Amino acid sequence: MNKVGIVGYGNTAFTKEDQKIESILHNCTNQLFKTNSEINKNLIDAVLVSTNNNSKYLSAILSEMVGIQPKIAHSIESLCNSGTNSIVSAFSYISSGLADIVLVSGAERYDSPGQILEWDNSRGEFKHPIFWASIFSKSYKQKFNISEEDLAIVSVKNHKQAQKNPNALSKKTYSVEDVLNSKKLTEDLRLLDCSRPCSGGASILLASEEMSKKITDEPIWISGIGQKTTSAGFTKNESLFSMTSTKHAGESALKMANKNISQVDVAEIHDAFSVCEPMALEALGFSKTGEGMNLIKKLHETNNFKINPRGGLIGCGHPLGATGVSQTIEIVKQLQQSADNRQLKDPEVGLVHNMSAAATSSTVLVLEK
Amino acid sequence: MNFEDELTRGNFTIPECTSCKKIIWPPSEFCDVCYNETCLKSGQFSGKIIEYSKQNDEYFCVVEFLDTFRLIAKMKEKPENGQIVKILKCGILNGTYFFQII
Ligand SMILES: [Zn+2]
Repeated sequence: MNKVGIVGYGNTAFTKEDQKIESILHNCTNQLFKTNSEINKNLIDAVLVSTNNNSKYLSAILSEMVGIQPKIAHSIESLCNSGTNSIVSAFSYISSGLADIVLVSGAERYDSPGQILEWDNSRGEFKHPIFWASIFSKSYKQKFNISEEDLAIVSVKNHKQAQKNPNALSKKTYSVEDVLNSKKLTEDLRLLDCSRPCSGGASILLASEEMSKKITDEPIWISGIGQKTTSAGFTKNESLFSMTSTKHAGESALKMANKNISQVDVAEIHDAFSVCEPMALEALGFSKTGEGMNLIKKLHETNNFKINPRGGLIGCGHPLGATGVSQTIEIVKQLQQSADNRQLKDPEVGLVHNMSAAATSSTVLVLEK
Repeated sequence: MNFEDELTRGNFTIPECTSCKKIIWPPSEFCDVCYNETCLKSGQFSGKIIEYSKQNDEYFCVVEFLDTFRLIAKMKEKPENGQIVKILKCGILNGTYFFQII
């Protein structure tokens, strides 16, 4: 398989502002070109737009707005993991030889229709994600004897880390008490346990090995990809305290990269809700089953930013179509040693975990210098 | 009548393959194993509570039927995991399915 590198990126701040989807897409893509002046945009073969927005023909619209005429242009929607799914598609176009350079731009508005999966009637009237998150939280707490106070640390940690990311939605730190005293959405979920819908965009440019080396001195290589879909409906999840799709996707990605999890120095984890972070860490093998919170507590207490350095979805906000792209950009920055005051010490291998609809599908990427 | 027609009338039915007898959930016209058509089984089916949480005064529960498929239903009384329940009410309101168990 031909090697594929990440050679440039651009992103917008994640906000609650009412912006047109086309403007968000244009903004992050413009940022990419502005900060990477060595890129000849006319060499871009494909433009992929990652979004759940209902607007049509967005990749052709984006291409016209930035003044290019790619061979391939289309949108990709897969709820919350649209972003990494788009990156996987870009990888496939390049590694197959159909394209040399691919632009992926992800964008979402705060009122995205992707927040509710209307099709999933097995959820009855409980279609909002807070209900599956409550069931996961209840089940996980009970199974592993975890308290609400324990889970609240995920939110405390990720809001804290987000304060070092100027693009993050969160502008405040919180204590465990703040999380526990925040609005009770259900018996098992508080407002501060949730990532928040917002508007935002993120763009990334991928290229073949030859092109990557021409464009930049420090390409970041996508060395592993793993994906798994177990179902679309939440109630098909056999276990309510573990993430089967994430386990499969993680194993595939690490196998492809010929790495084991202990070699991963930094990771972006899909913490849509507090409970998702320990569940994902366990599914990926960062910790043993039921011990994800021990790792999270240790990282928090030692101020170690290894997991979710940009602040995770809880700290950054979650503009669905942009999230996976933004997570990937964070790992690129960390590996390029350009993550400013949230930079980890000399990371060599990074991992992105992005999932949809109660972990019914997951995508995992392994990135290396 | 299909599953939704029955549900609109407040009847909870379970789709089953006319040929291989597999229960098909979510409801569908076709079997995903042998691709033949499904028919609807009627009856008072028992379900088992797998997990639950609570919003305001109502519990919402993951309920498993026939050891095969699960849905989320609401319940007024405090449930217990493993409790055997029945559908009390069901239907479609403003396009959204609802199930209540007892
Ligand atoms: Zn059949």
